[in-house]
Amino acid sequence: MGEFKVHRVRFFNYVPSGIRCVAYNDQSNRLAVSRTDGTVEIYNLSANYFQEKFFSGHESRATEALCWAKGQRLFSAGLNGEIIEYDLQALNIKYAMDAFGGPIWSMAASPSGSQLLVGCEDGSVKLFQVTPEKIQFERNFDRQKSRILSLSWHPSGTHVAAGSIDYISVFDVKSGSAIHKMLVDRQYMGVSKRKCIIWGVAFLSDGTVISVDSAGKVQFWDSATGTLVKNHLIANADVQSIAVSDQEDSFVVGTAEGTVFHFQLVSVTSNSSEKQWVRTKPFQHHTHDVRAVAHSPTALISGGTDTHLVIRPLMEKVEVKNYDAALRKITFPHRRLVSCAKKRQLLLFQFAHHLELWRLGSTVATGKNGDTLPLSKDADHLLHLKAKGPENIICSCISPCGSWIAYSTTSRFFLYRLSHEHDNISLQRVSKMPAFLRSALQILFSEDSTKLFVASNQGSLHVIRLLEGSFKHLHTFQPQSGTVESMCLLAVSPDGNWLAASGTSAGVHVYSVKHLKLHCTVPAYNFPVTALAIAPNTNNLVIAHSDQQVFEYSIPDKQYTEWSRTIQKQGFHHLWLQRDTPITHISFHPKRPMHILLHDAYMFCIIDKSLPLPNDKTLLYNPLPPTNESDVIRRRTAHAFKISKIYKPLLFMELLDERTLVAVERPLDDIIAQLPPPIKKKKFGT
Amino acid sequence: MAALEEEFTLTAVPLGSGPDGPLGVEPSDKTDQFLVTDSGRTVILYKVSDQKPLGSWSVKQGQIITCPAVCNFQTGEFIVVHDNKVLRIWNNEDVNLDKVFKATLSAEVYRIHSIQGTEPLVLFKEGAVRSLEALLEEPQQKIETVISDEEVIKWTKFFMVFRHPVLIFITEKHGNYFAYVQKFNSRILSKYTLVLGQEENSVIQSFSTSVDRKFISLMSLSSDGCVYETLIPIHPSDPEKNQRVVRSLLLKSAVSGNARSGVGLMVLDQDHLAVLGPPLPTSKECLSIWNIKFQTLQTSKELPQGTSGQLWYYGENLFMLHGKFLTVIPYKCEVSSLAGALGKLKHSQDPGTHAIPHFVNWEASQESGLGSQNSEQSKRILRRRKIEVSVQPKVPTSEQLLATIKKESEKHIEVELRKFLAIKRTPDFHTIIGDTVIGLLERCKTKPSFYPRNSLMQLIQTHVLSYSLCPGLMEIALEKTDVQMLQLCLQQFPDIPESVTCACLKIFLGIGDDSLQETDINMESVSDYANTVQGEKMEEQAEILQNGFNLEEDNCENCAQQLSAKPQAAVEEAALCPVIPKRAALLNAILHSAYSETFLLPHLKGIPAQHITLFLQYLYFLYLKCSENVTMTLPGIHPPTLNQIMDWICLLLDANFTVVVMIPEAKRLLLSLYKFVKSQISICSELNKIEVGFRELQKLNQEKNNRELYSIEVLELF
Repeated sequence: MGEFKVHRVRFFNYVPSGIRCVAYNDQSNRLAVSRTDGTVEIYNLSANYFQEKFFSGHESRATEALCWAKGQRLFSAGLNGEIIEYDLQALNIKYAMDAFGGPIWSMAASPSGSQLLVGCEDGSVKLFQVTPEKIQFERNFDRQKSRILSLSWHPSGTHVAAGSIDYISVFDVKSGSAIHKMLVDRQYMGVSKRKCIIWGVAFLSDGTVISVDSAGKVQFWDSATGTLVKNHLIANADVQSIAVSDQEDSFVVGTAEGTVFHFQLVSVTSNSSEKQWVRTKPFQHHTHDVRAVAHSPTALISGGTDTHLVIRPLMEKVEVKNYDAALRKITFPHRRLVSCAKKRQLLLFQFAHHLELWRLGSTVATGKNGDTLPLSKDADHLLHLKAKGPENIICSCISPCGSWIAYSTTSRFFLYRLSHEHDNISLQRVSKMPAFLRSALQILFSEDSTKLFVASNQGSLHVIRLLEGSFKHLHTFQPQSGTVESMCLLAVSPDGNWLAASGTSAGVHVYSVKHLKLHCTVPAYNFPVTALAIAPNTNNLVIAHSDQQVFEYSIPDKQYTEWSRTIQKQGFHHLWLQRDTPITHISFHPKRPMHILLHDAYMFCIIDKSLPLPNDKTLLYNPLPPTNESDVIRRRTAHAFKISKIYKPLLFMELLDERTLVAVERPLDDIIAQLPPPIKKKKFGT
Repeated sequence: MAALEEEFTLTAVPLGSGPDGPLGVEPSDKTDQFLVTDSGRTVILYKVSDQKPLGSWSVKQGQIITCPAVCNFQTGEFIVVHDNKVLRIWNNEDVNLDKVFKATLSAEVYRIHSIQGTEPLVLFKEGAVRSLEALLEEPQQKIETVISDEEVIKWTKFFMVFRHPVLIFITEKHGNYFAYVQKFNSRILSKYTLVLGQEENSVIQSFSTSVDRKFISLMSLSSDGCVYETLIPIHPSDPEKNQRVVRSLLLKSAVSGNARSGVGLMVLDQDHLAVLGPPLPTSKECLSIWNIKFQTLQTSKELPQGTSGQLWYYGENLFMLHGKFLTVIPYKCEVSSLAGALGKLKHSQDPGTHAIPHFVNWEASQESGLGSQNSEQSKRILRRRKIEVSVQPKVPTSEQLLATIKKESEKHIEVELRKFLAIKRTPDFHTIIGDTVIGLLERCKTKPSFYPRNSLMQLIQTHVLSYSLCPGLMEIALEKTDVQMLQLCLQQFPDIPESVTCACLKIFLGIGDDSLQETDINMESVSDYANTVQGEKMEEQAEILQNGFNLEEDNCENCAQQLSAKPQAAVEEAALCPVIPKRAALLNAILHSAYSETFLLPHLKGIPAQHITLFLQYLYFLYLKCSENVTMTLPGIHPPTLNQIMDWICLLLDANFTVVVMIPEAKRLLLSLYKFVKSQISICSELNKIEVGFRELQKLNQEKNNRELYSIEVLELF
């Protein structure tokens, strides 16, 4: 199959930011996740947990609360005091509105979704009406002494519970007055702590209020009388989050020790109607604080400082025991953060606020499989480019020739010209970007680095010709009339004639760059596209979807290729379909047209289209090299999928030339080492 | 578990069938394709998985199909009868039924049967049967009358038994039912009268059959809503005679008793039965799957639009009329397993792994015929036993037994008790045994000469007694120093208090060898190792000690040494057992008993020092025996384990150390134990050192792997 020299790169010092909030939307089965750097990600739980959308963060916009309202509208609120609504089609912020109450700590949408409630630093609870276009301030509730850290609506929408410091208030929505104030015990195992912070409240339809607090307690209150009903001490540290299922028969809490507890309403004795809340299952999938939890009908979802998003299906709720019933741990973004200039062997790493440019080393030695070769030249860190402004970088790209770098934030687009003089480089910003180039969701250079393609967040695609030190706007492909969906993925053919672009849900559009018009649209498929690429010479478009299907579509013929039909007819190997990370990059071998290279976070695969497809009985992945087997056996057992799982977690893999690969790995241990230390827990009585 | 899957209608166009439903659904020679004959003029060939018709044929206006179309599996042709006498045979390619082969017969046809592996059969309304080939040779041949006047065929089925076709049909005449079984290898027709039993006036509404080696099991659903089973032998003893077969109740109230129509029955497999009809008088009609074996309703599906009572089952599909549509419900029965019930069984089997069945279906591996035969046999045996029991004149009832205990002699009690124990255990067996023992013990207490030893032994061996049930028993045994009884108690009782264990130990150690020799003690825990008679005191055996801590390597060496030593002096060969085998067996019973350290220790202190030394010597001897082989076990059945031996050594030393130290005889023993412990400690510390060394190596290795931020490696993909 081939021998490669692999540049194994582990110096991409990427640390995902911690998860602050999660919000589950039942209607669309989507999960919104906000991180401490203000990024908001949307996961489609129906599409194999694919991260289909994201909104890049902002330094000053620390999100503290996230919720869905009015069906599928997404709102967030944060410490800058603003309520933000996101445009899920155009992938930008629709508007930001100051609540004038200081930093916002909590937000909750009413059960009907037509009202929003925010809890502010100054102790005010503010009610907003959700109008079709915006939100409108309606009124304040009775002002409380200290900040409102948590809010929960009664399912009927008549009352609201608000958690503050040392007490919980129950408001009557109609009058806006506090009808009960329930004081929480500050004592913690006999020692009086300074304060008891109510991190979360949940209002059940029978009038019970469940609170979780910094003393490690889960408490049940009767809101009608304002009395404590039951107390569970579950942790030695803070209990930071709570989420209740829609049926109100189970809820989940997350603690600062990284434990997630499941509580269920169970009958006291079998076949008695009397039920009580019982702590049933502890889960320890996190090492750090669980800042946010959500309860979908079939799973417990948790996330926190250790940056993992954990989706733990409830086995009793899962009807079909298939691969979806497995635990999912999502750590890395489902998009590329690395780009590569093949000719100069440069790697561009994208961080939240800066870019790093590295030059790969070299070796003159050769070796056999598994050898580590001595380096004749080590990798160089060439450039540290700090982004201007408080906004996070959305996307970045380096041209294949290595002489252009482009990146974009939410409001600005930057293009740089790199000059290489022997080993020295100099960087020059291309000024005076045109007004339409303000924000990009995806940037791509053509293979010969003469054209730049930019997908803007209004659904349009700009084509720009690059000249020595300057540029010229060639054309803008406008989105189909009536759609505003933004394109997130771009692919250009190596001959520069075709441009393929894909949004989050609609099909892939193929444009002719020569004629500057839409060439065709690949038939829509019900799972989002995770990676795109166009093969050299044949101009076959290879599309990977989040359900792990791979299609090959011939652009000149405007139809799926024979190979694609064959594999669809036969079906992929079941182990291939059971992988739980999406394919994030596809590339091709310049000399072997039958090969497709693709990778996800845990494997790298070369598909050889000339070989027979594996069926479910054949071994998909064989880590051991064939040992002195005869050629006949080897030929008989050989199949199209050549898989390597040596490099993981794999963030990027690309073919530099015929015999050289570059693999960018990010070991989890390195990420953990950069996180704050977790709460130390006693082990074995030491 | 049996499960019904999502139903689907076979066609969106309702059959022009009226309330009677289609005439029949028959399989064709291709899987998944079925011939549906409606009660009018049309035959339709459906592909079930696609839910669409492949072909449709109709007879002319004015003609009417009277018998469902079937497929001749040998030729692939379709056969239908219209207007009772006209036979039509056609192919898939034929379009018009008028133009296909036609044969007019001389008698009215009831049904054509066709199954895989044999040619089709034609059953006439008069009960005569012809093969299709024979009929086609001479269509106008005379057809004889088999059944009597006014007898009407109600139901019929054709199947293969050992590659021999067998036809069964049921007729009815004035409320009496008759079954005819026609075998074609011997051309014998046997007639059976179905005896309805007490339910004389009930009407049988539906039939179904299953076949095993010897019997046709005919299930019938009666108008009282119950399912009955009738076993009809395939090989009748006297085929000429009209025999009577009795039916037995199989399933009660499967459908509501007063359901008049829409009731049907189908045997799905050995254990499962599909029943069509309303389960309650008021409820809608339902398809229910019953497990006959457990008499449980497995699953059911409501058919709110009503059904016709017709039910067909082919492959994995159940066909029935639902409203005006022919509906297919796929049915599956997976082997139930505990894991499946608990939700651990993966729903779809991983296709990558080989299909090794995780769970064995014990039912299936048994020959189906054998099963029923066995049960019958066992029933017969039971009956015989019952007879024997009833023949026996006086089995003591529990009351009699208790009365006997109060006054009769030991001998008499023993006889009565044996009689009582011989019969089958009743549910209150436990309590009777308990009462008996307590009765016996009370009598023992009041009359010291009374000691029904044999009876008590018998009672202990019933395995139902425990210490707490009869606390006096061991007390009396201790009093009488009945070591045999004590051993038995130690072996059988799970809950002996530590004080009693200790008292037993005291007796076992203290009793004289002479009195021991007379007793009859169970020796199975002591195998040949204790055979050597009590001889000299143990010698210090350095090589065995060595063996103790460096087992595997030295073992062979040791053997060699022993072999070489053998001719020299047999005495040196191994340690000699410090106690006689009988005592060893008793002590082993102590070793096996359960105890809690805290409660045992105080009692151990009360044992005389000499006895302690003896016991320690015995334990040490056992330990040496243990360390002779690699697995560190003793030979024999149920020997004491190494852990038990070590625990007891520790216990004894803990309890009596100050005493033992003072005894000169124990000095040597203590010394050897001390050496042994010392060597163990040194091994442990060496092992610790090695472990730490390995851990350091591992750490170094990890660091080497982790530190490299950049490397160029060679990868070959195969």
